[in-house]
Amino acid sequence: MTGKRDPLLSVQGLTKAYPGVLANDDISFSVLPGEVHALLGENGAGKSTLVKMIYGLVHPDRGEMMLNGVPYAPAKPGDARLAGVAMVFQHFSLFDALSVAENISLGMEHPPRPADLSEQITRVSQAYGLPLDPDRLVGELSAGERQRVEIIRCLLQDPKLLIMDEPTSVLTPQEVGILFETLRKLSREGTAILYISHKLEEIRDLCDSATILRQGRVVATCDPREHSARELAELMVGEILQAPERTSANMGEVVLDVSGLSLPAPTHFGTALENIGFSLRAGEVLGIGGVAGNGQDELLASLSGETRTAPHCIRLDGRPIGNLGPNARRELGLLAAPEERLGHAAAPDMSLTENALLTGAIREKLVRNGVISWAGTRKFARRIIGEFDVRTPGPETPARALSGGNLQKFVIGREILQRPEVLVVNQPTWGVDASAAASIRQALLDLAQKGAAIIVISQDLDELMEISDTFAALAAGHLTKPRPAHGLTVEEIGLMLAGMTTEEAPHADA
Amino acid sequence: MDLSAISPVLLIASLMVSATPILLAAIGELVVEKSGVLNLGVEGMMITGAISGFAIAVETQNPLLGLVAAALAGAILSFIFGFLTQVLLSNQVATGLALTLFGLGFSSLIGKSYSGVKPPASARLDIPLLSDIPILGPVLFRHDLMVYVSVAIVAGVWIMLKFTRAGLVLRAVGENHDAAHALGYKVVRIRLLAIMFGGACAGLGGAYLSLIRVPQWTEGMTAGAGWIALALVVFASWKPWRVLLGAYLFGGVTVLQLNLQAAGLAIPVEYLSMSPYLITIIVLVIMSSDRNRTALNAPASLGRTFHASH
Amino acid sequence: MLTLEKRAIPSRFWARSTPVLAVFMTMIAGGVLFALLGKPPFEAIRTIFWDPLFSEFAFYYRSQLLVKAGPLILIAIGLSLGFRAGIWNIGAEGQYIMGAIFGGAVGLAFYPAEGWYIFPLMVLAGAMGGILWAMIPAMLKTRFGTNEILVSLMLVYVAQNLLSSVSFGVLKNPQGFGFPGSRNLSDYPAAANLDLIEGTGFHWGGVAAILAVLAAWGLLSRHILGYQIQLSGQSPRAARFGGVEPNRLVWICMGISGGLAGLAGLFEVAGPAAQLTPDFNVGYGFTAIVVAFLGRLHPIGIVLAGFLLGLTEVGGGIAQQNLGLPAASIQAFQGMLLFFLLAMDVFSNYRLRWATTEVV
Repeated sequence: MTGKRDPLLSVQGLTKAYPGVLANDDISFSVLPGEVHALLGENGAGKSTLVKMIYGLVHPDRGEMMLNGVPYAPAKPGDARLAGVAMVFQHFSLFDALSVAENISLGMEHPPRPADLSEQITRVSQAYGLPLDPDRLVGELSAGERQRVEIIRCLLQDPKLLIMDEPTSVLTPQEVGILFETLRKLSREGTAILYISHKLEEIRDLCDSATILRQGRVVATCDPREHSARELAELMVGEILQAPERTSANMGEVVLDVSGLSLPAPTHFGTALENIGFSLRAGEVLGIGGVAGNGQDELLASLSGETRTAPHCIRLDGRPIGNLGPNARRELGLLAAPEERLGHAAAPDMSLTENALLTGAIREKLVRNGVISWAGTRKFARRIIGEFDVRTPGPETPARALSGGNLQKFVIGREILQRPEVLVVNQPTWGVDASAAASIRQALLDLAQKGAAIIVISQDLDELMEISDTFAALAAGHLTKPRPAHGLTVEEIGLMLAGMTTEEAPHADA
Repeated sequence: MDLSAISPVLLIASLMVSATPILLAAIGELVVEKSGVLNLGVEGMMITGAISGFAIAVETQNPLLGLVAAALAGAILSFIFGFLTQVLLSNQVATGLALTLFGLGFSSLIGKSYSGVKPPASARLDIPLLSDIPILGPVLFRHDLMVYVSVAIVAGVWIMLKFTRAGLVLRAVGENHDAAHALGYKVVRIRLLAIMFGGACAGLGGAYLSLIRVPQWTEGMTAGAGWIALALVVFASWKPWRVLLGAYLFGGVTVLQLNLQAAGLAIPVEYLSMSPYLITIIVLVIMSSDRNRTALNAPASLGRTFHASH
Repeated sequence: MLTLEKRAIPSRFWARSTPVLAVFMTMIAGGVLFALLGKPPFEAIRTIFWDPLFSEFAFYYRSQLLVKAGPLILIAIGLSLGFRAGIWNIGAEGQYIMGAIFGGAVGLAFYPAEGWYIFPLMVLAGAMGGILWAMIPAMLKTRFGTNEILVSLMLVYVAQNLLSSVSFGVLKNPQGFGFPGSRNLSDYPAAANLDLIEGTGFHWGGVAAILAVLAAWGLLSRHILGYQIQLSGQSPRAARFGGVEPNRLVWICMGISGGLAGLAGLFEVAGPAAQLTPDFNVGYGFTAIVVAFLGRLHPIGIVLAGFLLGLTEVGGGIAQQNLGLPAASIQAFQGMLLFFLLAMDVFSNYRLRWATTEVV
């Protein structure tokens, strides 16, 4: 560290416990004025708790903070904002039915008059290259635009410290470039940035220093540019991870054929699917990338059978199934695992046994003449728990008592054990710790190896590149033509995600 | 049958009176729902307001004190609902029903000695000059105070929701309570205040019924007015002036069917008296069939329990 | 500062003990309320909760207990299925009335014929009346997305008006000297729903209630439909993913609850009430909502809660005669009971903690 300047923020021995878990254990680090400082760590390492304490949302059990050399203990976010600390959340704290200007006004302590505010928004958004119309409803904006609302909300308050929680998870590579330009400009102007991420290349690209957290503790503070991504990963995870193994895919016949699949938007702020078409062969892993909110949920629902289409839009082994419901599709071998674990893939308050019945009733023959075989269901749940290493006291535990990674293993395992012919998964490793993510990816590849066709919908491009045979991008409800994943460059992927292919002319809606 | 006995001027004038109870209750519930809370106890709060206002007015011989008492009683009762749903995180549907049951029972318990009693008369407020305008005068400007107060409350709610920061915060809380919490707004406190405002309005509406519109106390006299007020909020797509419009339309239907009953129309009385309820259903169906528009105006967090875990 | 913390697993101890605690707290609060109104608190509570079972005239009141508990349990069982699925049929009172009108009308149509088939036909018609009345909100909800709470409730008032219309009109007793109300069905053997065991209050409605309890218990614990009902209530999106058709469930739940309420109405009008009058119904459809919640939406719990609230109905009647309490005051009791129950529910889902927030 330079040591010449006094730190803007210094944190000493911050500790916070939640029942059963020590989220932050004696955390100390400091951020210099104008510095871009990374907080690096896996899911569950305690990054979020730490920044919530800095932002006044959570109060530490022990420890102290100094801001500009004076003791700093925000009782509520308003105090933090008044002290010059602003935060952009990972899950945006935005209001869909309110306008951009109203959203921004809500995040300010002393908002100016509406007309002045609109003028300020336009001015600041232009100055930082983040164009935004103050009168639009936030629900109608893309994920990237929504993030701009949050950032501009922060910038209007002229913060000294800007906290950004996983800001790039919702952006296309091109949008990430724009964001980084903005952040560098801010940094040059003297604003310090606390940048939370688990993406190593980004941090090496952007940050001046990094504090690495593991299981609630600081394990290292370093200059990320002086270390390789691999070294950082080892510090972050604490073990050397095995990249998933895959042997060369030997693909068989086409099993799933989707053509002309169009669906209106399910809700006012949803995405319409437009003329989606692709075909999938046995043993193939098709990765579908895309920024959140471009139709991922809608695509999964149309494949799982939760929304219906004309019969011929989806064919399984040549048989039209577009009009069949989820259970009829399961019977034919098309299974799915949605993104939202709690409340969609599993019922939070029901036990694992009951959740095993949720999708397993048909193929595992757990119901006869309407009567449930609880003994059979329990056995099925135990098998999932055993074969997929789900850490839980037993099959009677409610789903919400499991950690994200364990529940995800249960959800994916539940489908895999039913020997699907086609499996569709959405965000299979979202919010899952690294070792669980690796084992889920491996399980998917093993399944493909046995001849099942798999669709992986994900926002994590690294993951898709690691496991896909073919890659397609979903943008504003359109799906690009799948291309072989091997050899795709970042630029090509970025263009596909923005809704363009290299051959095609740029699309109108950006 | 003698339809000529129905005077259009008197009809329109009395529809405003007839609409005022549900208008008051509905505008209060609109604020509650805008904050993201569904209080199904409107009927219970109205009838409690009706008896509390009636009792105090009779005891003090002051109708104005009666109205104040009714608003207080409604607010206190709604605070029970607020405490249960916001602090103890109980189910809003069940708690609202409990409130209605309790209000109906409680009001008849304390109201027993007041049946048949005549309340003190409320002064009619003839607005000088304006009330002398032919036709418009009797229609618009010869009412009691509360008719004007109710319109003023609608205007106040409209201004508050549309133009003030308090209104913006209230809408934000109803739209996404987690985001509002993350920005540091006191979700529970804001909702409790909204709930109590709704209770006070419902109480006033009930007292208007027992003190001015009827005026006397009978058990169960609200006869579903609170539920109709709830339907009115949906009809109005959560917009204050539309609540006014809906209430007056509804008041018109009620007054018309009462006049038709009095005129001795060939339709049996029972079918005329069920018409307001049938019309409420029809209106609900029309409003809800246009799902997109309703969904856009409905507060997104409506009826969901808020618990700040971290 | 006291804070609430969500339990990973809901506490069974609290789930079972809160109904009992809620009853006690209601007694205390009710006593305070009576004292404030100048009624003797202990006497009132004793009259309501004790006298029906153990007083001098208990031999009569005990049979009344079954008369009241039967319809409450029957209706509450139906409602509990819908409530578990998140389908709020609040208009059971209307379906109860329609069941009575339909069933009663069938019986009256046969008058004075005799035949074993008449009563079964009445039962069928009663169930159909309730089902048809419940199909209205079900249809509007599935077709237009109209809120079933408001529609089913509005239909109570419509049914009430229909009831008074038929009591004054088509179903009026031709030999009734102009008084409103139908012929007395208890005087018409083929249509009468008399006590199966003399003097116990146990009529066909009781049989139906027992069957309904058993069927609901089997449905919820072992049948896929029961699973789907619970799944939809807890997690609608997961239910759709699991292949549940939400609209189908609305039809089924509204149909079952409407049918059971209609049955209860028929058994009442052919039995204890004995004739259709404009005010033969006494709000069982609303009290049954309290029964369903107090019984934790569980069949066995509903039986216990049905007897408890049946007791308060009988006791309320005694208090009305002896202490001059208005009939509806028992509703205040029931409302309070539900308040306390809902308030204490928090302990089964959350843990109360003393949050140690040091000021740093």
